[in-house]
Parts: sequence; C-alpha cells; structure tokens
Amino acid sequence: MKQSTKEDLKKKPHGKDTALDIKGSVFTLTVLCLKSADSAAIEQALHEHLSRAPRFFHNAPVVIDVKALRHDVSGDTATTLDFALLTALLRKHNLVPVGVRHAAPEQLNEVITAGLAILQGGSAKPEPAEPPVASATGASATPPPNRMPKHDERSQDAPEPTPRVATTTKIVRQPVRSGQQIYAKDGDLILLAPVNAGAEVLADGNIHIYAPLRGRALAGVTGDMNARIFTHSLEAELVSVAGHYRIFEQQPAADVHGKSVQIYLENERLVITPLI
Amino acid sequence: MTKVIVVTSGKGGVGKTTSSSSFASGLALRGHKTAVIDFDVGLRNLDLIMGCERRVVYDFVNVINGESTLKQALIKDKHCDNLFVLPASQTRDKDALDTASVGRVINELRDSFDYIVCDSPAGIEKGALMALYYADEALIVTNPEVSSVRDSDRILGILAAKSKRAEDGAEPIKEHLLITRYSPRRAAAGEMLSVTDVQEILSIPLLGVIPETEAVLQASNAGVPVIHDIESNAGQAYRDVVARFLGEDVPMRFLTADRKGFFSRLFGA
Repeated sequence: MKQSTKEDLKKKPHGKDTALDIKGSVFTLTVLCLKSADSAAIEQALHEHLSRAPRFFHNAPVVIDVKALRHDVSGDTATTLDFALLTALLRKHNLVPVGVRHAAPEQLNEVITAGLAILQGGSAKPEPAEPPVASATGASATPPPNRMPKHDERSQDAPEPTPRVATTTKIVRQPVRSGQQIYAKDGDLILLAPVNAGAEVLADGNIHIYAPLRGRALAGVTGDMNARIFTHSLEAELVSVAGHYRIFEQQPAADVHGKSVQIYLENERLVITPLI
Repeated sequence: MTKVIVVTSGKGGVGKTTSSSSFASGLALRGHKTAVIDFDVGLRNLDLIMGCERRVVYDFVNVINGESTLKQALIKDKHCDNLFVLPASQTRDKDALDTASVGRVINELRDSFDYIVCDSPAGIEKGALMALYYADEALIVTNPEVSSVRDSDRILGILAAKSKRAEDGAEPIKEHLLITRYSPRRAAAGEMLSVTDVQEILSIPLLGVIPETEAVLQASNAGVPVIHDIESNAGQAYRDVVARFLGEDVPMRFLTADRKGFFSRLFGA
C-alpha cells in the first residue's frame, strides 16, 4: 500500500507528454588542482600521473581547481593561465574537463569562452591536505588487487580529501569462547570460527559468522537499523539488531535451526530468513 | 627444552587430578624427568591419588614463602624413578600464590625436569589462573556433558587471554582435548555427548578418550595412578594419550561399545 502511493507520487508530476525532466543530482568528480600555470609543466605532471594508472582516468570528467594559483605570490600568474589551451591539453590526455573551481572574477569570461562551467561546489570545505590528483593516483595502488578501480568511485572530490578505506572491519579467526566478548566498533565484524554458547559478539555494523553461531550476536549496537547478522549455522542463544532482540529459549524454530541464515530488521521487526 | 603442561577443565570432578597423575606417571615411565605440581592449595588431592600423602613434609606454599627448598618439598614417586610430586598445602588458600613466586618455582624446576605438569584446581579463579599462567601446552579435561564442555570452552578462552604466552604475544598455548569418563554405550544411546559433539564445540585437537571404568575409582582409592593398571581400559587409554602427546601415531580406542548385542554376536558382525 505504502509502496504504491510512492510510485504514484513519482509518476504524477511528470507525465509522458513532457520531453524532459529536470532533476538535481550529485556526482563525484576528479579535481585537478593546478599548482602551476605553465602548460609544459602541467603536461609533464599530467603525463606522469596518467601513465601510472592510464585506465583509471580514461574519459574521466575533471574539474580544474585554480585556487592554488590565486594564492600564488605573483598575483598575475592566474591570469596567464590559458583555459582554451588547458582544455585542449586535457582532452588530448583523454580527460573531459567540465568546469573550473575557484576562478578569479577576471578569469570568468575566459572560462566560459573555453566552454567550461563555473563551479562553486565544495568551496566551503577547507583546502585538501594534498592535491586530489596526487592522492587519487596514490589510491589506485591501495585497493586490493582483485578489485579494478573505477574512476567514478575512487576519484576524489573536495569534501573527501583522503581515500576512504574500510579499516574498521574486524576479523576474528579464533573461536569465540564462553565468557569472551568481541566488539567491532564503528564497523563490521567477521568471524571465521564458531561463536560458542556463552560468548557474545557485537558490532556497530554487520556481523558475518562463517561458522556456527551458538552464543549471542548483536549487530548495529549503536542503532544502525540496517545492520544484519549472517551465519552459517544458527544455533544462537540471542540475536539482536539495533536493540531489537530475540531470545531462543529452547531452540530456534526448526526451519532455521542449524541453517545458514540472515537476520535483519523489517519494519522494526526482526526477520530471520534462510540463505539458500 | 622443558615443557610446562597445565591440566585444566574449568569444571570440578571431571578427572583433572586423575589425569594429571596418570599423565605425569606416563611421561616418567617413558623415561622423561617429570614434576607434577598440585595447584589446588587448600584442597590438595594429588598426593592422595599418587599415594604419597603420608610423606608430605613441606609443600608448594612453603617453597613459595621460602620456608623450605624445592628439593625438600619434592616427593619422589613410589612407582617411577623419574617422577616427583610437589604437593599443595592443605592449610592455606589460593591467595598464597602469585605469578612471580610461581614463576620462580617453575624456573627452578626447569633446570632439572623435562616436563612440568600443573594440576589445576577447578574454577577460573586465582588457583586456576596460576596453574595455567606459565603453560606451554594444555590438556583440557572434559566430560561428555554440556556443563563440562561449556566450562572447558570458558577455560580455553582464558588460556588464550590470560596466560603468559598471551600477555607476551608469544605463540599461543598448544591445546589438547582429553575426554574422560566416556561411555560409548551411553553416547550411542544419546544419553551423553559423543566425541564428535564435544570436538565440534571445542574445536581443538583430540588427544585421547578415557573410558568410564571402575578401575579409575579403585586406583584413586589405592593411591596408584590408573596408568599403572595395564589391565584396565583406562590405564591403556592413558598410555595411548602419553604416546600421542610424545608424537606417536596411535589410533583412538574405546570409542565404541565393546559389548556386542545378541544378534551381532550371533552373526559375527
């Protein structure tokens, strides 16, 4: 019932007769922080960065940030930047320049002439610790080898100057024994050995147990209603997601006992479903 | 390199002292110089089971307090030359023990012994913690019933967290599962946990299974560790345990009910 009303709301304002819809959306873009106005120097630096991760930036939309140039000691360096030339340079390297950020008022005309947009987004944020281009290429070395980086999710925008690596996941390889308690703060908990009766595992995020769960498992202990618990074999004493708990005084219902299950909240009710 | 082995269980009455005495005797019978220490200060039993209670003059606490030398307190076993017993005090309590002094005694024993077997008291309090603190290996004595298994699980957690090896971040204590008082018939009938059940819950390697026999009680009362009773299943099982501990490949025995039913006997199955 609720879902259908949502659908209706979505459809009604935009009938079939309109040729287009205008919607706002947020994109993550690569920002090129220029530290020099010299096109030869820019080209060399660009070549260096791109050769390290050529596929990473292929056809990547980029925003040119000229803030560093404005702060340059000689006030006139910024004005010497030729946006038309720069745009051509970037295109030559298979980048797609889309706009300029932190342009000086006297540059605006030139930016527009070069076919670029003037962007103000993210300007409230303090200056990134290091140029995003450098950190983005640095990041291309960090992701696990089995995961091909896609430029849109790895590339940096001003609001997030450092690459986000999920370091908060806690992995436990030893059995969690009666009387022991393991808590994964700010993240997920992954257990590769059983959680025995009388043991307790807690996480701010999800809990994955690739072994039997015989003790207690509490996911989303700081209130994350989307947290889930996964286990290879449900033999638990208690399970809880964001404070909604269930005690198995006897044994879990026959249809889920000893089965691979996931446990999550649906409309504030704890649901246990078998994983096939 | 001397090995310190703790015999522990969490729960009481599962056979820690019986196992300590037979295991230590077995190591000695195999030619290794072995000392067995009773950590159950205040409720000493090891000397009774080893049949040396009347020879106790000085004890573990006397040594710790410097009231006697280690040599004076060690009692030579009646049955094997290589075995010495360090009895507990009956008149003190477990607060008489502390890590520094226990460490001093164990280090002194290292000089002249190959194996030091620490017979832990039940529980997870001071005495038990002291017994396991310096251990290199652990014999987890478990009966095939849920409360014993649960307590063993608890003590395994403590071994992994509160031992010296854990505190130093050294290689963890090597754990061995010893199931005692096992009755294959009752396990088959579902009245007892099976060996597989216990192993599945504790997930540590199985060192041996000691069958439930009257011989154990008789041996305890006589003050002769049951390992000396070669006729009994339990005695043989302890010998197997020692052999396996020393690295020999000995198949598990006494896991199935030996008394065959009428029909299987008839048909020779």
